[in-house]
Amino acid sequence: MSQFDIEKLPKGPKGFMHDWGSDQRAFKGVPWGKAMMWIFLLSDTFIFSCFLIALMTARASTTVAWPYPSEVFGLTVFGTSVPLLLIAIMTFVLITSSGTMAIAVKYGYEKNRKLCGWFLLSTAIGGLTFVGMQAFEWSKLIFHDGVRPWGNPFGAEQFGAFFFMITGFHGTHVSIGVIFLFIFSRKVFRGDFDTGRRGYFTSMKSDYEAIEILGLYWHFVDLVWVFIFAFFYLW
Amino acid sequence: MGTDKKQEVHTHKLGIYLWIWGLLFVFSFFSYMVDYMNYQGLLRWSLIVFFMLAKAGFIMAIFMHLYWERWAIVNVLLWPMTAIGVFIGIMVAESYYTFFTRMFYFVVGS
Repeated sequence: MSQFDIEKLPKGPKGFMHDWGSDQRAFKGVPWGKAMMWIFLLSDTFIFSCFLIALMTARASTTVAWPYPSEVFGLTVFGTSVPLLLIAIMTFVLITSSGTMAIAVKYGYEKNRKLCGWFLLSTAIGGLTFVGMQAFEWSKLIFHDGVRPWGNPFGAEQFGAFFFMITGFHGTHVSIGVIFLFIFSRKVFRGDFDTGRRGYFTSMKSDYEAIEILGLYWHFVDLVWVFIFAFFYLW
Repeated sequence: MGTDKKQEVHTHKLGIYLWIWGLLFVFSFFSYMVDYMNYQGLLRWSLIVFFMLAKAGFIMAIFMHLYWERWAIVNVLLWPMTAIGVFIGIMVAESYYTFFTRMFYFVVGS
């Protein structure tokens, strides 16, 4: 089926001109599913950017002091208050799950079914841990501190709306990712990508490149958290 | 699927993923320390942005394999980010104007 040898095509800027000026397809060597996932992630980038830019606008234009996240999200451990402790742990958990996902993709391409499955499963458990800690964070802010979308005891009223909107939208992404990670780890363990078993919804045969596409989504979720961590919690 | 199967087999050594994983931990730790040490002002913002971009770059380049992709898709993904940059610039100007008018009318206009 393949009409070209990717190794022989020009690389770099010349390759860019060549690929875009060529027939049939611009993304040489990129499976359509992967290209579509990248396009989706690009659109998702714009959504999250709009949220974060809106946060910046609200924060820069309010005449009331913005709540200091370092104190709002601080935890008291053994009598001493540690700033942002839970958020820091959540960050490390998500990065760890991103690392295990990258390794799962690697073992997927090497057709190492068992290791790929175990690393996918540990990624899913990492994501579940993250969502659990986020649920704890939300309930602490809602029930203990009384933060609402229309007001909070710390300062500027917009704070609650932005907190629930941004972290909620990200948490939804993580939750969807966790569901798919569990589904795909089951598929890997069952050997769907080795036997060519057809998918339940798509009724198409799939390949281990599906793991890389799932990995792209999961790394993106981690990527967004990097920006949320910087702009919402640290700034 | 099923096409170009030969090109898809490009696995990398386990070491590079572990290295990047470690680096992300270090960068996250340092960006947390920025808050813990309570740095303020320009130092805080520049450190936060530096660690953020470093982490984002490593995740995209290595974990998402963008470093090994062809320029055709890399350019399509990265150039739209300039639009976000422009949008940020516009909204910075807008928010300063909003802040100015609020202060002006809260103080003078009442």
